[in-house]
Order: sequence, then structure tokens, then C-alpha cells
Amino acid sequence: MISLASEYLIILAILLPLLASVLIVLADKWPNLREAITLITASIVAMLVITLATQVNAGERPGFDVFEVVPGITVSFSIEPLGMLFALVAGTLWLVTSIYAIGYMRGHNEKNQTRFYAAFAIAISSTLAAAFSGNMFTLFLCYEVLTLSTYPLVTHAGTVEARRSGRIYLGILLSTSIGFQLLAILITWSVAGTLDFQQGGILAGKLDPAYAGILYALFIFGVGKAAIMPFHKWLPAAMVAPTPVSALLHAVAVVKTGVFTILKVTLYIFGSDFITSSGASDWLIWFAAVTILLASLIAMTKDNLKARLAYSTISQLSYIVLGALIAVEMSLVGASMHIAMHAFAKITLFFAAGAILVAAHKKNISDMGGLGRAMPLTFIAFTIGSLSIIGLPPFGGMWSKWYLALGMVQSEQWILLAVLMISSLLNIAYLLPISVRAFFAKPKDGVLYTEVKEAPLSMLMAIGFTSLACIVLFFYPDPFYNLAVDAATGR
Amino acid sequence: MIESHLSLLMVVLPLLAAPIVAVLPNGRLPWAVSTLVSWSVFYLAAWQLMNVSTGHVISYELGGWAPPWGIEYRIDAVNALVALIVSGIAALTLPYALKSVTKEIPQQQHALFYAAFMLCLTGLLGIAQTGDIFNLFVFLEISSLSSYALISLGKKRQALTAAYQYLIMGTIGATFFIIGVGLLYAMTGTLNMADLAQRLPELYEHRTIHTAFAFIMVGFALKLALFPLHVWLPNAYTYAPMVVTIFLAATATKVAVYVMLRMVFTVFSVSFIENTPVDELFLLLCVMGILGMSFYAIYQKDSKRLLAYSSVAQIGYMVLGIGLGSVLGVTATLVHLFNHALMKGALFMAIGALVYRVGSSRLEHFSGLGKQMPWTFAAIVIGGLSLIGVPGTAGFISKWYLVLAAIEKQNWLIVAVILIGSLLAVAYVWKIIEVLYFKATDELEQKNITVKEAPLMLLIPMWVLVLANVYFGFNTELTVGTVEQAVKLLIPGVNE
Repeated sequence: MISLASEYLIILAILLPLLASVLIVLADKWPNLREAITLITASIVAMLVITLATQVNAGERPGFDVFEVVPGITVSFSIEPLGMLFALVAGTLWLVTSIYAIGYMRGHNEKNQTRFYAAFAIAISSTLAAAFSGNMFTLFLCYEVLTLSTYPLVTHAGTVEARRSGRIYLGILLSTSIGFQLLAILITWSVAGTLDFQQGGILAGKLDPAYAGILYALFIFGVGKAAIMPFHKWLPAAMVAPTPVSALLHAVAVVKTGVFTILKVTLYIFGSDFITSSGASDWLIWFAAVTILLASLIAMTKDNLKARLAYSTISQLSYIVLGALIAVEMSLVGASMHIAMHAFAKITLFFAAGAILVAAHKKNISDMGGLGRAMPLTFIAFTIGSLSIIGLPPFGGMWSKWYLALGMVQSEQWILLAVLMISSLLNIAYLLPISVRAFFAKPKDGVLYTEVKEAPLSMLMAIGFTSLACIVLFFYPDPFYNLAVDAATGR
Repeated sequence: MIESHLSLLMVVLPLLAAPIVAVLPNGRLPWAVSTLVSWSVFYLAAWQLMNVSTGHVISYELGGWAPPWGIEYRIDAVNALVALIVSGIAALTLPYALKSVTKEIPQQQHALFYAAFMLCLTGLLGIAQTGDIFNLFVFLEISSLSSYALISLGKKRQALTAAYQYLIMGTIGATFFIIGVGLLYAMTGTLNMADLAQRLPELYEHRTIHTAFAFIMVGFALKLALFPLHVWLPNAYTYAPMVVTIFLAATATKVAVYVMLRMVFTVFSVSFIENTPVDELFLLLCVMGILGMSFYAIYQKDSKRLLAYSSVAQIGYMVLGIGLGSVLGVTATLVHLFNHALMKGALFMAIGALVYRVGSSRLEHFSGLGKQMPWTFAAIVIGGLSLIGVPGTAGFISKWYLVLAAIEKQNWLIVAVILIGSLLAVAYVWKIIEVLYFKATDELEQKNITVKEAPLMLLIPMWVLVLANVYFGFNTELTVGTVEQAVKLLIPGVNE
């Protein structure tokens, strides 16, 4: 085993996907070679993040500056446990999604596949770069690159609807990030004189606590990717994209970059002590609480499976935001773990939705009656994912909800605890009927699905992996738990 | 001792080249000579900037007559930066011109076209170099007259009206300026800027001085197309030949902003401005200009006109920095002056490539071209992102300093306007990108002929500017470094 310094591993993890996107464009004419490039790069990146994770678990905190943009503002990368956790999720799931995407894109006869894989690789590169960002400027840079690189993926179909969705997507994400987030960053810079992520924050003692709430709100709403209401519309709009995009980007990479940014701001710009002592989040928690409930309620009304999952994601993202806003140790552990747990569960659900689309050409839940008997594996995986989202044992999703609830108890937020519980019930109400209908109901018009078979093997492999992961993470959550605890306690 | 004459040579070289180019036979020769001249001038400008970037000031006495009686060229970091922009854009536009001009301008006019181009370059460089306000007026007229001629060469007949409109407005502007200069001369007896700066403070209370200042400001507000004195600009940019639009959009208004800076901060001073309503007026007009013109841009159907309205809005950002009157504000102005030349240069060059292939600048004729002209399309995307101010591009650095300057003054209205302006930029930039990226859906536009990617002669200069947009988004040593040096000279008493 060649041991490289962690700095090189970071650079490699960010640059390899970029290089891959160039090679993918060059390999346009040879689809097999093109897919091989994606798979090889994704495997290497997965190994890189796992190696980095073991080093971070061993206590290493590598970091370095790349160059100075304007005096005092650098592009720099450094790893702390939270970023590592996020990179671990995104890096490993890219490989799984790539395997899935090959089956999906070919099975569904999508056009412009080269553009798809190239943009996908750039999006992953910027996600990893965001995870490893050493200061707020670098994070903002990666955040914007991610927004722009996913635009071609969202508008992949090129239809009028895709164009309209693309406008909503870009409109909301760019306007919140330029209108609020950039402003918040500039105010932070002019108050604190630095944008570095530091343990305990950089604002305490420099910012008048009376203004902390306003600045915090600018950050929270400026991160449109976290989909806090009323800035959530882009996520359902983005569902027009091919399913692998919805799966990895709009259940994992893009939305988690949003909540990750909020966690970073909470921990390393404000510092959790400053948040609690200044009461900056007192009124913001209600936005998150309302988003959790309202999005769950809207999800129940959606018949389109991907739309329902999108609203479910909006609701689940606000769990993480809520955990950040409460800003006590347990809630931060829960929020960080939920990044991982929700990722594995939700990607399973999206994978299943894509498999149903490819194999049975069904988009709407009302048409799926009895489909479970034709595609048992897919729907078993869907059920596992659903149960993990609901937060029942023995599935990984239980742990993150457990710690979030503990955090609410610790901070004596009884109303929020009630919100969490009601929301779990709502999760049951909008997720389980899908599996129940698929397994036990009769097909709508009495047709039997004799023609319908399971999705292509590569898609099933991916679904199998992520649904198993949901179970394994219940018994062995340690990799993510350790990182989450280290992040929350500032080790 | 030749070195000391180099600053003058920069102006004299294109001036002498103009008549030579005019008598050369039509063909490639006039182009070749002009290109050579523009490259030499760029080399000189780069050398000049290196010389003064340390804080050194070059003072050149024209004809050996000592200032303040003789004409003085006084080069500090501010002039040198502007001269670099002007000559750099010229050095990139001229290689681009070969193909583009052949397509747009009849061959018998080529020699005259390049001669006028050389004169325009002379005028703009002269304005940037000189330290004498009457001399500045002379160069202003040289550049203006030649640009009227250049604009009128446009293919469509509206080019003549556009040029005429610009002629009227430009002449009013120049006349106002010279009236102001006359009043200053009457009061102080000097035309040398440095000398004026010495003599004026004791006359600050005098009404004539205020009148002179007002004339100069209005005159140059016309030249730099400050809202609402911008009406000549959209027509001029839309109907001028592509090369002229590229060159003027990237340089002419920038030079006018430079003169504004010089007048406000060197000849007059911050303390004088603060006692006049000028700074508040500037802020008000900029706010209206940024918002109004960005909105206007969104609804344009012609890509050149769209970018022209965007230019008027962007000029608002530059003048905003002057209106704020602080170190950060002027830094923002100068940084944006440089960066905006890069982004508008790149964007207009890319539009020019599309026009070269399609023969029209109307957006509906661009539909779906992104796939057939990927490099041009990518240039528009990156240039557009820079215009919006996305991090990683030069435009972001401008926005960064502008917003910081406004935050420093606790002027939250301005902060909001700058950010809303960026969002409006997203809307109009995306309007172009969307048309190029997606295929048309209605049958009218289906019969799109297949087109090839633009020729390399257009792509190379375009991509030099595009890469510059990215480079100066990450490495700001040249821009911010020089500008900080320049601001120290413009606003003395800043100890850093």
C-alpha cells in the first residue's frame, strides 16, 4: 500500500472527477469506454474518501491553502469530521449511483448521455470540494459551481417543462445564494475580518448578539439548497431530471450540500454556544418546524411518486436544519448523522422509483397497485427505505431521529419534540401505503403484470446495496456516529 | 534615454499609423499594420504599468516645456491601468477584426476603417495618458469623431441614425466639458491637472468653480452613458459593426469613467464633492440606472441591444463607487472598470462569432446554436457568469468590493440594489443561454440551417478574454494590487 499524504488525497478526490468529465467528453463515441471511465473514477474516489475517513478517525486534520484570491481570502481546503462524514456519503454513493445510472440511462434510452455523465462528474467534484472547504468563501464557490453544473442535468430532457423547471431551479438557487448568502458572507467578513471555519466560530464577541438573528437568517435562507419553506419550490421542479440525478443529487449531494453548509455555519462561523447564548435561532426554528409538517402534508397529496419523494426530502432536510438551529450537542450529532442516514434511505427510494419507471413505465402511485408481485425485490427495497425514513428499528434512520429527539429533550423544546413525532406518523402515512398498494392491492384496470419484469441487473445491484446499508447502519453506525460526535463536540 | 519617451510613443504610434493605413491599398495590409501597431502599444502599456505599479510616477514634458505651462503626461497606476485595458482590448480586437470586418464592411472601405480605428485608439490612449485637461479635450474629440465614423459603417441603415444620435449627444457632452474647462481656466489660469489640484482648494467656495464642476460632470456623464443620459448607447452598440461594438463597449465608456475619477478625486477632491449634491445624485442615478436598465435588458430581443442595456447598468456599478467616495468604493470602481472590459469584450466577441455565422444578432436566430458552436456557447456561459458575478470569475471580485464598500457606509439600500442587479443579470444572461442551449420548439424556427463553429481567428481572441475572466477571478494580484496602489494616489491621506 502506497501511503500518500492526506493533502494529496484531498486534491485527488476533487480533481479526479473533473479529469473524468473531460475524458468522458472525449470518449463520446465509445459508450462502453465512457462508462468505464465513470466507474473507474468513482471507485477510486470511493477508496480515497474511505482512506481519508480512517485518517480523520485517527485524529488527523489535514488542511492547506491553494491560493489567495484577494488579500485575506483564500481558496483553501481542510478536513474536519463533519465534512468527512459528508464526503464519505457522497463519495461512496457516487459509485453506487454510477452503476445504477448505466442501467437506467441505457434501459430508458436517454439522449445526450455523454453530457449527462460529464455534468454528473463535475457536480460530484464540486460536492467533494464543498465538503472539504476550509473557509466560507471556498464553500460558497463550490456551492455555486454545484448549482450551475446540475442545471444541464435538471433540464436534460430539453422539453418545455424541463426548461421551465430549469428556470425555477436556477432562479431560486441563484437568487437566494446571491441575494442572501453572499450578503451574509460579506457582512461576516466585514465584522469578523476572516471567513475561516474555526472551532467555536468567528463571530462570538465581534457581532452584536442583537444582530445575530438577522445574520443567521440570511445564512439559513441564503442556503436555498436546504429547501426551507418558502424557498423549497426548486426541489420538486428538479424532479423533471432523470432518476439517477434525483437520486444522487437531489436526495444526497445537492440538498445535503445545503444542510451541510448550514451545519458548517452553525458550528464554525457562529459557534453553537453563540447561537444558544444570543438566541439567534429562536424564531428560525419555527420555519424549520413548519417546513417539516407542511412538506409532509403536501407529500401525502402527491400522486406522482418522485414528487412525493421530493416533498419527503424537503421535510427530512428540515430535520437536519432543526438539529443545527437547536445547536445543543445531541441535536448536532443527530443532524450530522441524519445527513448519512437519510441519504442511504432516500437514495434507495429514488432508485426504486427509477426501476419502476424503467421496468413498468409507471410514474403515478395510483397506477402501481399489484406491481409489487411483479417486481418484488424493488418493492422490498422500497419498504426498507421507507421504514428507515420513518425511523423504526432495525434501520439506520432510527439513530439520527433518536439523537435529534434527545437534543430536543436536552434543550427542553417539547413542542419541537411533538413536531418530530407527528412528522414520523405522517411519514408512515405517505410512504407505507405505496408498498401496501403494490403488494396487496389489485391493478387498477384489472390487468396483470405478466410482461413486467424486474429492472436491469445493474440497477438491482445498486438498490440491493443501499437497502442493505440501511439495515447494516442500524447495527453498525459507528463510522458516521464517530464523525458526528467528533464534529458536535469539536474534537 | 529613449525610455522616457515611451509614454508619448504609445499615443504617437497609432496617430502616425492612421494616415499611413489610410493610403495603403485595400486588402490585408491595412489590417496587418494596425494589428502590429496595437500589439506594440500593448507591449508599451504593459511596460509602463510595470514601471509605475510600485508607486513611481512618470512625468513627461511634451516638447520639453515645463509644466504647468507645457503639456505634461503624468502617468501613475491609474492611467497605466486604463491604458493597459484600452491597448489590450485593441490588441485582441484587431486579430478578431480580419474575418469579421471582411464580412460586414465593403472592401473599398477597409483602409479607411482601420485608419479610423487607429485614430480612435489614439484618442482613447491620449485621454488616458495626458495630465492636461485641454489636451484631454482634444483627444476626446479625436476618439469621438472617429467613433462616429466607425459606428456609421454598420451594415444596416439605422447605423447612420445611431451614429448621428451619438454625434449630437457626444458633441453636447464635449461642449459641456470644454465650457467647464474654460471656466476653470478663467479662475485659475492653468490647465494642468496637478496644478489645478493645488490651486482649486482656496476657490472651493466660488460659484464659478461649482458651475465648472457641474458642466464637466454632465459632459462626461453623457460620454460614459450614465442613466438617464444613456440613450445614444443602445442604438450605437446595436447598429455598429461588430468589431466596433466590441472595442467601444470594452474601452470607450471605461475611459470616460476614468476621466470622471480623475476630475472628482485628483482635480477636485473628496472634501469638495461632499459639499455638493453630486455624490447623492450619483447614487440616486446609479440605483435607478442599475435597476431600470437591467429590467430593460431582460425584455430585449436583440442580443447586442440586450448587452448594451446591460452595459448601461454596469456603468451604474462603476459610478456607484465614485458616489460612495470611499477607498473601498473607488477600489470597486477601478476593479470593475477592468473586469467589465474583460467580460463585455468576451461576450460581444462571442455574439460576434454567432453573428458571423448566422448573419443576425436577433435572439430568435440563435436557437439551438449551442450544440453546433460549443466553444462560442461556452464563452457566452463563462462571460455571462462573470457578468452575473458568480464566484470564480472576475465579476465576483467586482461585486465583492462594491458590496463591501456599501456595507462599510452602512448603506443597505445600495447593498440591496447591487444584489438585485446581479439577480436581474441572471435573468438576462440566462435568456441568451437558454436560447442557445435548447432547440426551438415552434415550426418557424425549425428550419435552422446547420452552421459550423466560428473560425479560429474569432475563437482565439474570444477565449483569451474568457480565460482572463476566470484568471482574474482567482488571481487578483494585477487588478486589486494595482488598483490599491492607484487608490492611494487618488485619495491621499490613506495610510496603509
